Amino acid sequence: MARYDSIVIGGGLVGSAVAYGLARLGSRVALLDEGDVAFRASRGNFGLVWVQSKGLGVPEYQRWTRQSSVLWDDFAVELKKETGIDCQHEHRGGVHVCINENDFAERRKYMEQLHIESGETSFQYDMLDHAELKKLMPEIGPEVAGASYTPYDGAANPLYLLRSLHAGLIRRGGQYFPQSKVTELKAAPNDFTVTGGGVTFNAPKLVLAAGLGNKDLGALVGLNVPVQPVRGQILVTERVQPVLSMLTIWVRQMAEGGLLIGESREEAGFNDATTPDVQQFLAARAIKMFPFLRDVRIVRHWSALRVMAPDGLPIYEQSKEYSGAFVATCHSGVTLAAAHAMRYAKYVADGVLSAELARFTNKRFDVQAAA
Amino acid sequence: MFKLPPDSGAATVAVTINGKRFDAPRGCSAAAAVLLAGDVPTRTTAVSGAPRAPYCLMGVCFDCLMEINGVPNQQACLIVVTEGMRIESQYGKFAVKA
Repeated sequence: MARYDSIVIGGGLVGSAVAYGLARLGSRVALLDEGDVAFRASRGNFGLVWVQSKGLGVPEYQRWTRQSSVLWDDFAVELKKETGIDCQHEHRGGVHVCINENDFAERRKYMEQLHIESGETSFQYDMLDHAELKKLMPEIGPEVAGASYTPYDGAANPLYLLRSLHAGLIRRGGQYFPQSKVTELKAAPNDFTVTGGGVTFNAPKLVLAAGLGNKDLGALVGLNVPVQPVRGQILVTERVQPVLSMLTIWVRQMAEGGLLIGESREEAGFNDATTPDVQQFLAARAIKMFPFLRDVRIVRHWSALRVMAPDGLPIYEQSKEYSGAFVATCHSGVTLAAAHAMRYAKYVADGVLSAELARFTNKRFDVQAAA
Repeated sequence: MFKLPPDSGAATVAVTINGKRFDAPRGCSAAAAVLLAGDVPTRTTAVSGAPRAPYCLMGVCFDCLMEINGVPNQQACLIVVTEGMRIESQYGKFAVKA
C-alpha cells in the first residue's frame, strides 16, 4: 500500500488545482485521474476567468470569484516560473455584449443589483451603450445595443492551465496517476484507503474533485453531492490575425488566433454529442455581435458537460462522519483555479474549511425539519 | 519536382498559381497542380510560421491549405482545378476585415 499525506480523486482543473495547492504546502499528494473515457469538462471549457455574471443573490459567491480573479495574477506568474508553461492568463477586463435593447436593459438591472449586494466590497462596472462600446470594439455589429464591462474579468487557456498544474504538482513532489478510476474506497475518520488503477493508496486526507463522479464517491464518505450534467457546446474557428479587441463572454480569440464561440446550456443527461440546432444558434448570435465572423470558417465543434449543483453554486464541504474527507465541485474550474490552489488547499491542509466558504456547504440541500 | 508521365496526353485547364498561368491536367487537384508547377512551400503555418507543402493528398493532414479563388484555408488536395481558378500560397494567419 502506498502512503501519502493526501489523496485527491479527479485530475481535472479542480482536483489538479487543489492537489497543486496541497503540494505547495508540503503535503505528499497522490492525484488519481480516470482516463480518456471520463467526461472531461476541463478539456472542453471556454477558459474564462469570469466575474461579472457570478453570484446574483449570493454575495459570498461574487466575493469568492472576485478573490480568485485577483489571486490569478500571481498564480499565473508562479505557475509559469515553476513549470515553464505559460497558461496565457490575461486580466484586462471583459464585456458582456447585449444584442438588443431588452437584453441591455435587463443587464443593467442585473449589474446594479450585483453592485448593491456587494456592499463594502464595492463591485465596479460600466454600462456601455452602442457608441461607447464601438469605440472599444469597432468590430461590433449594427444591432448590438451595448455591453456591461468590469475590470475583474479575464481568461486563460484551460489546456495549458491543466498541463501546468500537473507539472507543478509533480515538481512539488506530488504524483499523478492516470488511468486510475477509483474502484474501491474504504473510509474511516482521517484514514482513507483508495484503490484505483490496480494500486492501493492510503492517506489521512481525501479530496473528492471528480466532477460528476463526486455524486457516487461522496456517498461513500457521507457527503451528499447532488451534481448534475449541463451540456455546453462550443464552436472553434480557423486561426486568423488578431481581430477581437476585447474579451467577451461568448466570443474570445485565443493567443494562437482561433476564435471560440459559446455558450449554450442544455439538460441532456450524460449525452455529450454536438447538435446542428445549437451550432446554428451559436453561429447566428455570434455573427450578430461580430459580423466579420461570416467570413471565418468553423473548424471544430464540441460539447462538454458542466458539473452543476441545483443552485449553480460550488459545493465545498468536509464530511462530518469521516473527518478528513473533503469535496470541491463547481462549474468554474478555470475562474476558481487560483482560489482552489491558494485558499481551498490550505483549508484542507488545516483540516477546517474557512467561514468564507460557509455559504457553499452541502447542508443547503437538506430538507428542513418542520418546526 | 514532379513530372507528368510522357504518355499522359491529358487535356489541360488554365489556372493561375501565385499569379502565374499554369496549364494543369484536367481533373487533377489544386494540390497536384502546385506540385507539378513546383511552387512550394504552399503556406507557412499560423502559429510558428513553419513552411509546408501538400503531403497526404487525401484530405487528412491539412498541410495543403491554400487560398483558392480568394478563400483562405482551403484543402487544395480536395479541390479539382477549374478553368481560371486562382490558387495562392498563404502565409501565417490571414487577416479578417472587421
